[in-house]
Amino acid sequence: MSVSDLQALYRDQVLAHAKDPHNFGTLDADAICADGNNPLCGDKLRVCVRHYDDILEDIRFEGSGCAISMASASMMTDLLKGLDADSSRKIIGTVIDMLGSGVDAKMPSSIMDTPIAALGAARQYPSRIKCATLAWRAVEAALNGQQQTTTE
Amino acid sequence: MSAQAAPLSDDALVGAMSSLRDDFPALHQEVNGKPLVFLDSAASSQRPQTVIAAMARYESQDHANVHRGVHTLSHRATDLYEGAREKVRQFINASSTREIIFTSGTTESINLVANSFPGAPLQPGDEILITHLEHHANIVPWQLLCQRTGATLVIAPVENNGEVLAEQVISRLSSRTRMLAISAVSNALGTILPLADIIPAARSRGIFVLVDGAQAVPHSDVDVRALDADFFAFSAHKMVGPTGVGVLYGRAELLEKMPPWQAGGDMIEHVSFDGTTFNDLPYKFEAGTPNIAGVVGLGAAIDYLQSVGMQNIARYESLLLKYLEDRLLEQGDIRLIGQAPHKAAVASFIMDDVHPHDLGTIVDQFGIAVRTGHHCAMPIMDRFNVPGTARASLAFYNNRDDIDALVDALATVRSMFR
Repeated sequence: MSVSDLQALYRDQVLAHAKDPHNFGTLDADAICADGNNPLCGDKLRVCVRHYDDILEDIRFEGSGCAISMASASMMTDLLKGLDADSSRKIIGTVIDMLGSGVDAKMPSSIMDTPIAALGAARQYPSRIKCATLAWRAVEAALNGQQQTTTE
Repeated sequence: MSAQAAPLSDDALVGAMSSLRDDFPALHQEVNGKPLVFLDSAASSQRPQTVIAAMARYESQDHANVHRGVHTLSHRATDLYEGAREKVRQFINASSTREIIFTSGTTESINLVANSFPGAPLQPGDEILITHLEHHANIVPWQLLCQRTGATLVIAPVENNGEVLAEQVISRLSSRTRMLAISAVSNALGTILPLADIIPAARSRGIFVLVDGAQAVPHSDVDVRALDADFFAFSAHKMVGPTGVGVLYGRAELLEKMPPWQAGGDMIEHVSFDGTTFNDLPYKFEAGTPNIAGVVGLGAAIDYLQSVGMQNIARYESLLLKYLEDRLLEQGDIRLIGQAPHKAAVASFIMDDVHPHDLGTIVDQFGIAVRTGHHCAMPIMDRFNVPGTARASLAFYNNRDDIDALVDALATVRSMFR
């Protein structure tokens, strides 16, 4: 690994999301929320979703964490907002699988052209994969009606 | 270098210590294409060749079970094991090897005392006093004990600079306090606690005192009789020894009355189905086959530290800590968490606008190992309102070049995040 590998992970797109996250905040009482904790790092996120019929009408997150977990959460909200339940579950599964795959595994076509692809660089840093997956585990839990999840 | 020689000048000391690095094989490697800079000794220190060799020699030539056989190898293993106990006794100046119990580490040592509590059983309303900066290993065993007994956990505060004031601890010793469990040195902040002022106040009220010495033993002389605590716990792996072995020192008159905690072989005198009588100290608290190779390694670690001299180590590390803190503070965007007047060689810090984990990942690419996160001390992180810190911790095998390498890597971190 080298400094250029580092730059692949901490690229401008990722840092921009981390510094100025999209959809940061919470939703009111009718939303479903789940907390994601990464006890090793101290990262804590809460992801809230609100449906209208089958559509994920709004999604917000709040909390604190490293640049990777914050950027991942921010990108996630952009990607999932407005999708129906099936499509959002598919994307969540794809992203979690991608982050859990080897660093040389091919980027799935459904996320290749999204900002999420930048997070693929996290696969080079085993201790940081959990940072990247935290928000995705939390949104998965919220959609399943669970209130807590961890990436331990 | 000899521990007995007349005190060296600062420059001579720095010169003499610089050659010790050669004794540590792990320090001579490249990590991510750069020479390793190991600044994580408070988590676990590296081992000198003498420790590695002593353990390998034991494993390849002397291994058998201890205290059991009449054959030669069992005698050899027993001699090495009990020889190490005597080295520990001398190292911390205990009065008898009966007071030296081998455990798996500081955590098990503290759990032993929490589970085999000295004196009368705790009652609802009794109190156990700890401080806000304790490691989880000196919080959670007492929390569980309080849950089982209805006792209350009382927390002595930490000042804004990371200091623990003796009067803030002493003023929380009440007529219901039964145990004071307190660190000698904070792993997260480096704070050295004023135990010489605190312990007599607790003991004179008949309160038991346990000292978590995990971070003290590698950095300075420890004299358990001068300290006058009832219990003193530490781990081998933070003092250039192996993992999986540690020590509980306890005053014999207390240990004698305490019930065994774990039960099994080696801790018994006689077993029948009608009942069991227990072995003498220290074996009453050493159930099962112990970590013999680990204990041999601990003995070799003590030999090594004594050949360097604990006073030399303490003086050298304080020179190095000053350099580390000065260099970090001159950066302008780094805040030290914990600036107590008396500190061991730990600098816990936050860089503006950069999460500690991002910092840790980036400096690792330059071969630099620092710990990031909550350092198993979440309450003190909450106290300072930080999710965690980056922590550079020093041992006597570090030097100024290591610190300069860290500061250079921090410049890269800064440039990536601005």
